[in-house]
Formats: sequence, structure tokens, C-alpha cells
Amino acid sequence: MHTYTGKILHVDLSTGRSRTDTFDEEFAKAYIGGTGFGIKTLIDNQKPGVDAFDPENPLIYVVGAVTGTMIPAAGSKFGVFAKSPASNLLGEAYSTGRWGAELRMAGYDIVVIKGKAPHPVYLWIDDESVQLMDAKHLWGKSTWETEEMIRNELGDQLIRVSAIGPGGENLVKVACLLNDHFRAAGRTGLGAVAGSKNLKAVAVRGTHDVSVAEPAKLLELCKDLYERCKGPATTKYRTLGTPANILTLNAQGALPTRNYQSATFEGAEKVSGEYLNEHFVTKIQGCTACPCRCEHIAEVSEGPFKGAIARVEYEPTMAFGPYCGVDDLAAVIKAIEYCNLYGIDAIGTGIIVGFGMECYEKGLITKGDTGGLELKFGNGQAMVEMVKKIALREDIGDVLAEGVKGASEKIGNGSQHFAMQIKGVEMTGYEVRGLKTCALGYAVSRRGADHQRHGSYTWDQTGKVDRYKVDSGRGKLVMGDEDNYCIFDSMILCKFTRTIWKGYDEIAKVYSLVTGIPMTGAELEKTGERISNLARLYNVREGLTRNGDSLPPRVLKDPIPSGTSKGSFVSEQELNTLLDGYYDARGWTREGVPKKAKIEELGLSAYAQIGARG
Amino acid sequence: MNRHAFVSVVPDKCVGCRVCEYVCSMEKSKVFNPTRSRIRVTRIYPHTNAALTCRLCEDPPCVVACPRKALKQSEENGVILVNDDLCNGCGWCIEACDFGSICLDPEKKVVRMCDLCAAREAGPACVEWCSEEALELTSKDVLSQKARIEAIQKLVKAEEAGKSG
Repeated sequence: MHTYTGKILHVDLSTGRSRTDTFDEEFAKAYIGGTGFGIKTLIDNQKPGVDAFDPENPLIYVVGAVTGTMIPAAGSKFGVFAKSPASNLLGEAYSTGRWGAELRMAGYDIVVIKGKAPHPVYLWIDDESVQLMDAKHLWGKSTWETEEMIRNELGDQLIRVSAIGPGGENLVKVACLLNDHFRAAGRTGLGAVAGSKNLKAVAVRGTHDVSVAEPAKLLELCKDLYERCKGPATTKYRTLGTPANILTLNAQGALPTRNYQSATFEGAEKVSGEYLNEHFVTKIQGCTACPCRCEHIAEVSEGPFKGAIARVEYEPTMAFGPYCGVDDLAAVIKAIEYCNLYGIDAIGTGIIVGFGMECYEKGLITKGDTGGLELKFGNGQAMVEMVKKIALREDIGDVLAEGVKGASEKIGNGSQHFAMQIKGVEMTGYEVRGLKTCALGYAVSRRGADHQRHGSYTWDQTGKVDRYKVDSGRGKLVMGDEDNYCIFDSMILCKFTRTIWKGYDEIAKVYSLVTGIPMTGAELEKTGERISNLARLYNVREGLTRNGDSLPPRVLKDPIPSGTSKGSFVSEQELNTLLDGYYDARGWTREGVPKKAKIEELGLSAYAQIGARG
Repeated sequence: MNRHAFVSVVPDKCVGCRVCEYVCSMEKSKVFNPTRSRIRVTRIYPHTNAALTCRLCEDPPCVVACPRKALKQSEENGVILVNDDLCNGCGWCIEACDFGSICLDPEKKVVRMCDLCAAREAGPACVEWCSEEALELTSKDVLSQKARIEAIQKLVKAEEAGKSG
């Protein structure tokens, strides 16, 4: 077995002990890497039902099957897993940059961190040497400061650091882990899990070789893949970047605006990818082994936010732009910068601030709660300040730090109607009321509201289905998308390259050339289904029922008020049609529980007791 | 010597993707490992990126520094040649190099530097693979020609702007 190190590092923060375990080819082939490894390791290492902040909840880092090679845009991907404090279900987030390759070169494919350190520490993996280092002096520091201080004190500028900021220390439900300055394992609050363990960071330096089974053949195929990466399939990411979506979605009436009170934004031009690139982007750089390079670094050169710097993507731009009614990109960039420094997810945080703004405008919270901030839609300065307050749990920020679900339960007074979340995880940037295949993808997504587990908006946006209507056939479409994305997230391939790949067969070929393990496209497809089902079994074990596969009340009740998608919403009845179709396609009961036959078919019999009888 | 070609980077174009490191280690060692690469990418946060490799110095300080006379410069193409029998990996040359372009082979414990992929018909692999065309095989002579042309173009432009203004 090539590329895989076959090694799992177990670290117990309570005792300070570590040990190395191994896995074999059978495990590798059945779960590939990335999300497959992450979910499998979580379900096997976490005692059922423990709280997300219980020391027994393991924080798991994994690399992908091809991490550490030069497969385009996949050189340094990694995933982080734990029970999520936001959903109390599967917590899952991915990052890239340079950290992932370093872990594999250090000699590990999986790191399982359990327990709770008696005082702040960071984990230092230096090839075979594993140490817990004192981090008292780092507690309270920003992610950037932490990264720099660790490199300086260990005396090696090539050390990669995945760190939490004050957000994670303060157990903010949207806290993330930041690495390489601009990359975050952002979603589902995994930074708070690290914070609950007194774990400030994981620092890695690896110098071992990554071998591949068939170097010459792989290089030949890579040549072709790299050429495709320079072609039309990735043009968007290489030029305007994902913020190009702002105008696309605005025109389709699918741009979440003012906490989903509208699906179009009158200020869209001023927060568009076009405007961003013309006025703010100073450099586009790349992750390890990427011929596409999409990292748009934006800087503010004048005005009240002068000096702010952030990597800008569509999702955070949506969240701090249209979603908060703000048409000032300088404020958006500053808000994202704060999210990075304080270590909180820029998508989730923007959605929370938007929720806070609606609460403020409806009089559910006042200036007394906000520490004097005029928290109205469109007030960029207040938005920026509120980001800081959420991370530091100041004033109403302490309530908002619980996420929109937790905050709406505390604020009450009907605010739950416009708490835009699914399974406790904040919505992302697609107005699902007018994208109904996508709405199903969101409803059933294993990590809560999310576009990245399925990408099913493509069916709606390209007109392959009627996006304003539903039918039971959508279930099969979403299932196919999810299983496919499971493979992307296991290999781990960058989804920005998803259209350069010629289906499962080509990915299977790459898998075999890299690892030396025989794999066919059909086997790979089945593996995607296996991983999807294992994730479902984990979530069912932790208490998920059909009721959890839902949509925010506003999506189910309030029609989109204007724009191209005017009048559209997803009714309860439509949601039920979608869910039934999806469960049927999956071979699950109408309660969303995998059936015995499906469990056995996928080789998951060890988990049969979680599934449905019969 | 001025005409000897070496691999040069245009920092503005470099995106720090490290593909050059990956192909170099594959070309030379048949594995992926930036630590083995003879071209190395440095990113200074937030966004300064550049790949550096041997610049084929005139009177190379690495050759001068070697206490065992293990290094010499090829008269034919200017690359630094390592006598593996003499090199003991002491690292004086690594320190002497102003560009950090010498690496230590982790197994053989001898130094390695760019040899312009001498055994490769298509020339240096890093230049071929750089998606940004940030790397070029060029010589000091050609670089200075380019600099002169650019300087003159700027002057002419400024003059024209002056006239039309």
C-alpha cells in the first residue's frame, strides 16, 4: 500500500500519553480516507450519546487518500471530525493550504485526540516525535499570532499550525480551526471542541517521503489533469473566484438577503466578484500542488477599515454582504478578517449577525443588549463590532455565540421563525426556497445546513429540473450527488476541480495509481454510498430522526417576496414528498433509518443494531 | 559564463503552489517530498511567494566554502557538481548559499542542488510544470536584456504620456 502511512496517532490529553495504531489495506479500500476515515473513526471511538464538550468526544484529524501527492488541487487537503456542539450530530469540516501534506509526511493518516488537558496545551508532531507543549502564553492569542509564535518558538518556519482563536477558547458554537493564515476547517463548531479540551493548536512538521505505486503513469495522467485545470472547467475560480456567484444568484433570485427576508440584493453590484477584484484583490495564490490557485487575497487600502486583509470567497461575502444588507466590501473584508483572527466560521457568523439584525429591527433585542451598537441591516460598522462581541461573548454576543438555534431559543418571541439553521447549523448561501432539489440536499445534509455535501443546486440552476417544483425523483438525484461528494471528500479532491474529472472510473484509476490498491469506478461509487450510510448510522445513533431532516420555518412558510423567484417557498407537503423520495432511494425507512438489507449490502453489519429491524 | 542558463522565478507570477517542489522530488527521487526538492518555494505571509533554486553564481560561494573540495562548477553549463565521495554533509555550502538553494539528501547525507535536469531531454521539469509560467530557463545575459527593454518601454510610455498630457 503506497501513499497511505497506515498509521493512526492516538493522543490522550488527560494523561499526556500517545500511542500509534495501524490500519490495513482492507480498511483503506473500504473507507478511502478523508470523510470515510473521519466518520469511521468517530463512530468507533466516541462513546454513544456523549456531549460534544465531554472529554470523551474525540477530535479527529484525517488526510485524504491522495494528500501529499501532486494530484491537482488535492495536495494538502485534510478533514476534522468530532461530535458537533452546534448539532450534537456529526461534526465535519475540511481545510487545505499546507497543513494536510505535512501530517502525512510526518507519518500519520489519522490523529485521534481525546481527553482534556489540565491547562492549555498544543500538540507538536515532529515526524515520529509527539509532544504536548505548554500553551498558557498562547491562550487568548489570535490564530495568526499563535501560528507565528509556535513557528518562532520551535524555530522552524515550515511548521504548519491548525489553531483556534478566542472563539474556540470561549466555546462559541461556530468556532473553527484556522491554518496557514487563510484556511479554515470552518463548519460545525469544531474549534469549540478543541477549546473544550484546552487544546490551542496542532503543529506539524513532516519530512518523510510520500511514495506512489506507479510514478510514471501517474505523472502522465497528471499532465493531462493539470491541462484540464487550466481550461474552462476552472476559469471561474482562477479569475473572479467564487464571489462571481453574487451576481449569478442575484439574477436567479437565489441570493440570501437580510436574513432570508429577500432573495435579491439591491447592492449586489457593490459586493460582486467583479467589484471585489477591481478594487480589493491584491494577490491570487494557491494551495499546495494546485494549478488552479483560487485564493483571492483582498486588502482594504483606505477608509475606516484600512489595513484589513482576508481571503475572500462567495460564502463569507454573501454572509457579511447581502445577508446583513451591507453593500460595503471594506466592511465585509474586515468582518472576515476578524473571523479569521478570532477563529470563528465566517459563514455561520455572518448568518448569526444577520439574525441579530432582524431581532434588533423587530425590537426583540435593544441597544442595551448590543452594547450600544445600532445593529440594523446595512450597518457595516456595527456588523464588524458584533463579530468581535460574538467571539468574545460580550453583551448580546454571549447569546449569539450559541448559534442562531441556541440564541433564538433564548431570545424567543417568535425569533425561531427566522432562525435560519438546520440541525443547529447555520444556513449557507443558496436561497433554497427557489432551488428545491437543493432544498432537499440541505434538509438531509449530515452536517446540518450545507451546500457542500451534495452540490445539488446544479440541477436547479442549470434547468435540468424545474427548480420551483418538487417530485419524488429528486431523492435519487441528491443521493447520487451525496455519494459522489463522499468520494471527493475521501480522496480528498478539491470540489473546484469537480468538472475536470471523467467520472468514478478516472478517480478510481488515480486511486490505484497512487495507492497500488485495485479499485474500479463501480467499487468507488459503492464506497460513496457506504460512507453516506455510515454517516447516517452515526447520526441515528446520536438521536437524529426524520424531524431533524427539516428546513427553517421561514423556508417552509414565507414565500420569497420579490425578484425572479417571487412567491416560491417549500411547503411541508413538498418537503415530505422530497424526504419520502430520498429515503426510498436510499433504502431507508420513512423515518430515515437505514434498513438491514442496505446495511448488509454495504458491508456495515457491525453497525446493524443502530439500523432498522427487518 | 554569463550565457549559462539557470532557472529563474518571476515573483509576481509565483503563486506559491509548490508544484515545482513536487515534480523536482519526483524527477530526482521518484517520491513526493518537498524536503528533497532542489527548488524551494517560500511564502512570506500574507502573500509574498517565490521559488528559488541554484542561480549558477560566478565564483560560487558554495564551492569556495567547501572544506573538502567536494564541489566544483561545470565549465560546460555552470551547474555545481558534487563529488559524493568527498562530501560529508557538513553544510558549509548550505550556509554559504545566499539563496538557500542547496539541500541535504536525507539518505545519502550529501548535498544536492539544481542540475537543470541534465538527464532530461525536455529540460528542467519545474519549468515545464509551472502552471503560472513563473519559472523560466534563462541566463543573466537575457535577463539583463529584458530589464533594458522594460526600462526603455517605461521611459517611452512616460514621454508619450507627457506629450499627450
